[in-house]
Amino acid sequence: MVRHSFDKELEQLHDLMVKMAGLVEESIENSILALKRQDIDLARKVYESDDEVDELEGRIEKICINLIARQQPLAKDLRTISTALKIITDMERIADHAADIAELTIRMADMKYIKPLVDIPLMAELAKKMVIRSIDSYIKQDIDLARDVCSSDDEVDDLFSKIVLELINIMKNNPETVEQATDFMFIVKYLERIGDHATNIAEWVVFNVTGSHGHLARKTE
Amino acid sequence: MTNDYRITTNNLNLFYGDLQALKNVSINISSNQVTAFIGPSGCGKSTFLKTLNRMNDLIANVKITGDVYFDGLNVYKEYDIVELRKNVGMVFQKPNPFPMSIYDNIAYGPRIHGIKSKSRLDDIVEKSLRNSALWDEVKDRLKQNALGLSGGQQQRLCIARVLAVEPEVVLMDEPTSALDPISTLKIEDLIEDLKKNYTIIIVTHNMQQAARISDSTAFFLHGEIVESGTTNHLFSNPQDKRTEDYITGRFG
Repeated sequence: MVRHSFDKELEQLHDLMVKMAGLVEESIENSILALKRQDIDLARKVYESDDEVDELEGRIEKICINLIARQQPLAKDLRTISTALKIITDMERIADHAADIAELTIRMADMKYIKPLVDIPLMAELAKKMVIRSIDSYIKQDIDLARDVCSSDDEVDDLFSKIVLELINIMKNNPETVEQATDFMFIVKYLERIGDHATNIAEWVVFNVTGSHGHLARKTE
Repeated sequence: MTNDYRITTNNLNLFYGDLQALKNVSINISSNQVTAFIGPSGCGKSTFLKTLNRMNDLIANVKITGDVYFDGLNVYKEYDIVELRKNVGMVFQKPNPFPMSIYDNIAYGPRIHGIKSKSRLDDIVEKSLRNSALWDEVKDRLKQNALGLSGGQQQRLCIARVLAVEPEVVLMDEPTSALDPISTLKIEDLIEDLKKNYTIIIVTHNMQQAARISDSTAFFLHGEIVESGTTNHLFSNPQDKRTEDYITGRFG
């Protein structure tokens, strides 16, 4: 075998990707828990951990650019590096949205929720699962799992539409709820976007393994 | 001044008769790193490499001004040339094994330096061949003629021959330009391993090779260093437009 040092650098890149993925998973998990429990401390932790994710994104970007400049990657190596560059943007956005949810959680921490949280935690669980599974599919390079993630995006989208309608009705019936309902509206929008970013990650995993990239979520096919 | 670096040059100028081949070349070279010199043909990179172990002394009408320091000693004024060439070994473009056995090729240098003990020479031969990643391929035919080896093997033998006299620095002048891609990558892996124990300076026409294997790079043009720095920086964000043009293939 030759090109030991390049392979070593690719392994280091992979380790950093796994580390970033771990942080992102933790952020989304904690942001949902904080929302459910109205836990300010946990929400603050999520908010603060976003800097670490951003810092890792910067480091990975730099490594990828140096690898492209210095190692002339081709075929699978080139796909691995481009996939890493694409995926970190989605991971960083997911962590941003988790921080956004945490920020709104802090704002609503002293208020009684205008509705019992049933569908929102359900949607959050689905979105979280999509993220975890998309990252799993990346780590294991499992395209069946990646395709599965893409097809589950519709469930998140359906719940999004359902919750938005429900929130509109609550606001119509009681204008005093507008402020909090709007915050919830943002939260579900963030969750919906998290599902989209998980889908993007899964699509890049399919690209990394097969060499062809497409939009795999059902509605956009 | 020179203690932090293994090799330092100050305002080095070299003339072949009236032709000035190097102009005020000043550079510091760190220990246990791979430093690459890149640049178009005739830019002075090989000439500069040869000034570091005084190989240019052999050429008529060469005049050198300025200083080269190796471990703080002035190479042209304070260093014994035999000692210098032992400490600063060199590998050339074309593999040039001596027409003798693999074993004798490696043992040649140590013998010249006075080592006669068979067991000591055996150890040196094995260690040098292991360090040049050739041992497993030749251990059963050490007595065979070295000219029977493939080009890539011959070049690794030449590297082993240099290592046998335990140098501090290894100069390599286009060491892979006569080799196929896989032999080239083997030598590149070897260079990566060698830098743990040696300081490597390599001249290469192959920019991609410099990018792959070096820690620092200097870009030569018309006998001058246009830009030098970390390889990461020079290949992703060069400061001089001429460097940018050269490494992106827009030169001239």
